[in-house]
Amino acid sequence: MSEATPVSPLTFRREADGCFRLALSGDWLDRAHLPSIEIVAAELAKGGTATALAFDTTGLGRWNSGLIVFILRCADLCQSQRIEFRVETLPTSLGRLIALSQAVPERADAAITLEQPQFLQKVGESAQGVWSGGMGIASFLGENILTLGRMARGQAQFRGQDVLLAMQECGPQALGIVALINFLIGLIMAFVGATGLARFGAGVYVADLVAIASVREMGCIMTGIILCGRTGAAFAAQLGTMKVSQEIEAFQTFGISPIDFLVLPRILAMVAMMPLLCLFADLIAILGGFLVAASMLHIDPGLYMHRTLDAVSLTTFLLGICKGTFFGVVVALTGCLRGMQCGTNAAAVGQATTSAVVTGITTIVAADGVFAVLCNALKI
Amino acid sequence: MDSAAPNIRIEIRDLTMSYGSFVVMRDINARVKRGEVFIIMGGSGCGKSTLLREMIGLKEPTRGDIYYDGSPFWASPPEDRQKRLRSFGVLFQSGALWSSMTLAENVGLPLGEYTELPESDIAEIARLKLALVGLKGFEDYYPSQISGGMNKRAGLARALALDPDILFFDEPSAGLDPISSRNLDRLILELRDSLGATFVVVTHELASIFTIGDHAIFLDAGTRSVRAQGHPRELLLRSTDPVVREFLTRGDSVSQPVVPPPVI
Repeated sequence: MSEATPVSPLTFRREADGCFRLALSGDWLDRAHLPSIEIVAAELAKGGTATALAFDTTGLGRWNSGLIVFILRCADLCQSQRIEFRVETLPTSLGRLIALSQAVPERADAAITLEQPQFLQKVGESAQGVWSGGMGIASFLGENILTLGRMARGQAQFRGQDVLLAMQECGPQALGIVALINFLIGLIMAFVGATGLARFGAGVYVADLVAIASVREMGCIMTGIILCGRTGAAFAAQLGTMKVSQEIEAFQTFGISPIDFLVLPRILAMVAMMPLLCLFADLIAILGGFLVAASMLHIDPGLYMHRTLDAVSLTTFLLGICKGTFFGVVVALTGCLRGMQCGTNAAAVGQATTSAVVTGITTIVAADGVFAVLCNALKI
Repeated sequence: MDSAAPNIRIEIRDLTMSYGSFVVMRDINARVKRGEVFIIMGGSGCGKSTLLREMIGLKEPTRGDIYYDGSPFWASPPEDRQKRLRSFGVLFQSGALWSSMTLAENVGLPLGEYTELPESDIAEIARLKLALVGLKGFEDYYPSQISGGMNKRAGLARALALDPDILFFDEPSAGLDPISSRNLDRLILELRDSLGATFVVVTHELASIFTIGDHAIFLDAGTRSVRAQGHPRELLLRSTDPVVREFLTRGDSVSQPVVPPPVI
């Protein structure tokens, strides 16, 4: 047994004047378990009423916080049983620590008291939360519209180099992941389409399926979702960190609008890059489908290309690009909104990032649904 | 505005801030004279920083207003407030430099926004401001490449960029070693004497309070209002309020005043 594995022995002695003396001996370094206070309580209950609890520490070796906790429990026990607790019988250092732990002045006004809210209060608070969240989004959108107005008049305060930097971040740097995902989507659509269409001897229409699905829907929505997870999250984290380090307040104290300086360049970058990324995504997805069709489904490559060109009308193409650009604006706005709403601690940055991605993806999918209904109504 | 007090630069009148029933500060009244170093002091959680945020336009008070040269700040239209902000310089607790820009760009950005100066002149002025705070040669460093004390000084250089009339400091000595802290105090005094600007400093560093303070208000965390005001040394020597005395003597002794450090 190593010397760090101690025993925490207790012996009890009842003295003539009704004082109950607790002898502590050996090392009190055990981190596995402390002597149960019930033993003391049981001993106290045995053999008549005790008037005081005192300690004998002559045999006490080394000790840690465990002993303090044990003594504090003894003190509580004494208080509940109205027995005198003789703290002076403890070694000075131990006595001081006990006194310190009990005498921490708690300033009622320096901390906000947490009350357990009632059900109705919870409902009310959530409703207020939803309302203020909605107002926050509305005012953020409003400020962005004002900023766009200022930009149109050439009065917006932002640096061109920030736009270029954001363009690099959300454009060229996203090419790899956009290519990979859309290539795979193209492959999958070709495979899935071929299984169904071949049964009707219409395998060649895989080209139409891949082309229309990617140009009209999958290209823009997948690119939107990828950028939401990649760039939207980055925007939220960047602005959130700036909020934590008071950089955003520093803009405000100079009378420079953070929306102008930080949000506008990011929106402009997204608007500039998204159509290009969508076009790229469409081409890559079609390439994916083409490879599957040519190599595994044995469709004539020339025919495949011909059918693809035939299937995609200018309207379909423009619809995809417009939707993609809209999704880009959504990604930039949700990322920046959550970043600007970020609290002032490190955990808040994480929450802002998560919230940016969740809000962004939800909005993209919901907006795509609205687009689908509108296109159906307009017969596009 | 009292026409009898033309040298009053800032006047805080009945400033109250509350969130629902939670009162952060109540009926704060104070006057700051032109060219003095005004100290806002008090223990943690007494509303010092909130008061500063209201003074620099980051938080709107529930009631009351702050008058700069006699004109109300919060009651004026947003455009006037924006204009007023340009005559302020603010040094945040952490420096709050824009991390994606070099020190020279940090100092130059406000100049670029609000002046018609060509870039070469802006760079020149940025170099000058950085030299003023002892950061000559660090123009092309990013905030992450320099120490905390240097960040703070660079923040001061940025605060000085637009030649402000009023400089606000939020806990200037926080996180600085005693020597850097004393140097910053000296710099504040030098700037006060050479620029003639007015300074508002939030701090609870006693050494700073006695060294640089011309006038101080003590915010009380209990009553959430001004408990005492006056010259810090006068407060130390004359105040009979035990709470103020305890704060100014670091609680070492309620009856025996500590000897204030000599004026530099």
